[in-house]
Amino acid sequence: MTDQTLSLPLTERPAAIRPSTSYWSGVRRRLARDPVTMICAAILLVILAAVIFAPLLFPLDPYKTSMIRRLKPPGTPGFLLGTDELGRDMLARLIHGGRLSLFMGFAPVLVATCIGATLGIIAGYAGGAVNMGIMRIMDVFYAFPSVLLAVAISGALGPGIINGLFALTLVFIPPITRVAESVTTQIRAQDFVDAARATGASATRIVTGHVLSNVAGPILVYAAGLISVSIIIASGLSFLGLGVSPPTPEWGLMLSAMRQAIYVAPVNAVLPGAMIFIVSICFNMMSDGVRSAMDVRA
Amino acid sequence: MTEAIRQPDIGGPAQPMLIVRDLQRHFVIRGQTRRRKDVVRAVDGVTFEVAKGETLGVVGESGCGKSTTARLLMHLTPPDRGEIILDGEKVGDPRGVSVRDLRRSVQMVFQDSFASLNPRLTICDSVAFGLRVNGQPATTARLNADAMLRMVGLTPETFSDRYPHELSGGQRQRVNIARALAMSPRVLILDEAVSALDKSVEAQVLNLLLELKERLTLTYLFISHDLAVVRYVSDRVVVMYLGKIVEVGPVGAIYDRPHHPYTRALLASRLSMNPKQRISAPPLTGDPPNPIDPPSGCRFRTRCPIAEAVCALAEPRLARVDAAHDVACHACDAGSGHTLARLTGMEGA
Amino acid sequence: MIFYVIRRILYVIPIAIGVTIVCFMLIHLAPGDPPDAVLPDNAPPEMVEEVRAAYGFDKPLPVQYAYWLSRVVTGDFGRSIMTQRSVASEVFPAVLNSLTIAAAAIVLALFVGVLFGALSGYRSGTLTDRAITFVATTGISVPHYWLAMVLIIVFAVNMRILPATGMGPGGSSGFAFNLENLRYMVLPAIALAVGPAAIIARSVRGTVSEIRKQDFIQTLYAKGLGPTRVFLHVAKNAAPTLLAIIGLQTAHLLGGSILVETVFSWPGAGFLLHSAIFSRDLPILQGAVLVLAMFFVATNLVVDVLQTFFDPRLRRG
Repeated sequence: MTDQTLSLPLTERPAAIRPSTSYWSGVRRRLARDPVTMICAAILLVILAAVIFAPLLFPLDPYKTSMIRRLKPPGTPGFLLGTDELGRDMLARLIHGGRLSLFMGFAPVLVATCIGATLGIIAGYAGGAVNMGIMRIMDVFYAFPSVLLAVAISGALGPGIINGLFALTLVFIPPITRVAESVTTQIRAQDFVDAARATGASATRIVTGHVLSNVAGPILVYAAGLISVSIIIASGLSFLGLGVSPPTPEWGLMLSAMRQAIYVAPVNAVLPGAMIFIVSICFNMMSDGVRSAMDVRA
Repeated sequence: MTEAIRQPDIGGPAQPMLIVRDLQRHFVIRGQTRRRKDVVRAVDGVTFEVAKGETLGVVGESGCGKSTTARLLMHLTPPDRGEIILDGEKVGDPRGVSVRDLRRSVQMVFQDSFASLNPRLTICDSVAFGLRVNGQPATTARLNADAMLRMVGLTPETFSDRYPHELSGGQRQRVNIARALAMSPRVLILDEAVSALDKSVEAQVLNLLLELKERLTLTYLFISHDLAVVRYVSDRVVVMYLGKIVEVGPVGAIYDRPHHPYTRALLASRLSMNPKQRISAPPLTGDPPNPIDPPSGCRFRTRCPIAEAVCALAEPRLARVDAAHDVACHACDAGSGHTLARLTGMEGA
Repeated sequence: MIFYVIRRILYVIPIAIGVTIVCFMLIHLAPGDPPDAVLPDNAPPEMVEEVRAAYGFDKPLPVQYAYWLSRVVTGDFGRSIMTQRSVASEVFPAVLNSLTIAAAAIVLALFVGVLFGALSGYRSGTLTDRAITFVATTGISVPHYWLAMVLIIVFAVNMRILPATGMGPGGSSGFAFNLENLRYMVLPAIALAVGPAAIIARSVRGTVSEIRKQDFIQTLYAKGLGPTRVFLHVAKNAAPTLLAIIGLQTAHLLGGSILVETVFSWPGAGFLLHSAIFSRDLPILQGAVLVLAMFFVATNLVVDVLQTFFDPRLRRG
């Protein structure tokens, strides 16, 4: 065969010559036009920056107690957000506590996403007995309400950050696996996967080259929506005396410790919970925004 | 350029490109109760040959097993039984060719042009994927992919970096053809490849396919429910009904002298170009029987105008009625016991 | 139909067995020797022996599981470390209290969620819709245990119109549905209902606006049906989805009640779990988790079967 090409007249109207738009560039453009998502992202960035950098830049001591300045209201000189039940600086504790609370929100979802996505994609792509095996085990864990499962496992293991992380990760693997399995099964049935199989490509190659790019979006959006749940449950575990132990600052634990103070200093008492609330609502608004930006079919 | 991976003609021109013997695939589906497992006999003992350089048309109603046959040929769905012989070499045999080699030699274009392209990949990357899988470095593969796009009439400058949703249906189907041809196949299976296109675009793509066939000395398996299109492109035609071949023969013989009552009914159902020539009574009534529980003997007997007692008892065999023209009907098989058998047998002679 | 129901029940059995295995393993997850996990620190030797024999701690795990399961099916969940009373006698009254408050919460959540969800779905795209959607997202994001504290501060501490904690003057044993006791239920029910109400509102909104977009609704209007009659058709089509969400939320309410009950000192299963965790009373933990999880499994089964009455398409699953 020679290199010359067939001179076929192109009678169909060619698409107008303009920069090609990939799916993701469209998503980015729609996101940039969504003010709510942008504001929530900005708030989260500020909180994240404060939590990460503030302790490095300012002298904040979250542990120094003082019996004489217990439960000072917010605005007290030197204590912008007042003090807690042991006279410790609320601002310092909220900032330091945010590190652990956010970490306990992110880490389990991250680990669970890696494990769950892998299991789900394997189950969805392989189908048959492999699918049955993986998904039935997931069904068992799915049969527990998420808070109950987290409390049961970390309750049995006893208090501790690692135990809490382990319990939370275990809670999030089944739902992520389910989502990954269902989107993979849908993609698996598409003709382009068969076309890829027809080239003689191995299963691994098809999964990395064709399946992953199509399932990653839905899985990540779903996982992002779980971060707020994770932060709430993680703080909830500490609130129950599981997870983080005193005197380490953590929002859930702080909230629990201040429960007796609601009669004396209600504003101080609700501050840690308000932080959980703000972070959680920003995450939810953001993942809603991303989801609807991804939903529009170009 | 693609010369390097072109595959040589091994068995010589007389050796059929593909020999399919007794191919069978049943799908087990769960019934209402756990006990009973229902079996859909999608493809039930199909035997045919495809000669080198010919276009074999496959027609039949939806659900008759056309697409499953195509998928079995590429081992996209593994067959339960039967053998596929590619240019004299048995597929899956230690001394024959591997499934991987089969897939490279036989490529397929699917009906749904959108679903058969990965929405997240550019056109060029989609075409280049198969080349990269088969060992070409990324840059070479992209260059070859561009050349393939040019060959199907899409200028790479305009189309290479586009995504499937930015193309029209006809353009996407050209991409699918380019992708299949990039593997330098010897056989191209076109599974309703033009059925979803507008009539004008369909004609353009058909002509492209015919030109490419000449240029690249390809063999086509052309699956369609559109009788006019099959007549236009095919050299020989296979008629399928409920997972079985009922008639096979040269395109002229099938269209001008159909023997099987099903083929006759199918051809009678075509719309005429003459507005005065209207079809008064439907040539076929009712839906095809449930493939889970097909009728005994001849599967067409429940809708057949000339069915007799013998049709319920024995399954008709594919019998030669004319030069290279086989029919699976008791009425065409002398000695079957059907009252019309001798008559039609004589007509064929 | 009957086949479907039987198949659903058969399908639930392996899951129920899986749930018991997970609950059984809780004792073995705990650090230290398993007998220590179910015995008080100062247990007399004869009691240790009795427990060893009953649990079969020297036997391999599957045998232990069989021992345990055979006792559990007869209602014997072991003894509480704290009170030395049988776990069943502690757990069941507590679960009943939890169900009381959960029932109140789900009724509230359903009323608010369906009302605003349907409104939002019918007005989809308008300002009303966006406001409701925003409030619903807020409701989903709020940590219910924090909301519980805020409610106490506002209504019990500042306004002094509702009691802060407990189940009423009679305690858990003297509870009856009278006006005085109902006041104690208001705040916990609200705290529990907010999350499910928001989720129900969102799904109802999604389902209703999806159904309204379908062609058959246009046909109904074209036939000349009034909005009320069309709404009946929308409602009928939304019912299966709604039912699934309600079932899921009822069950999740029981899980979520752990924290809210702790804040309100409501003597339910959650409160019991909380004190069991503090005193490391593993038999109670195990028993309470098992009963709650089984309740969750049963709820899902009932919802699945009910759904098929509304949507025959689901029967062949």
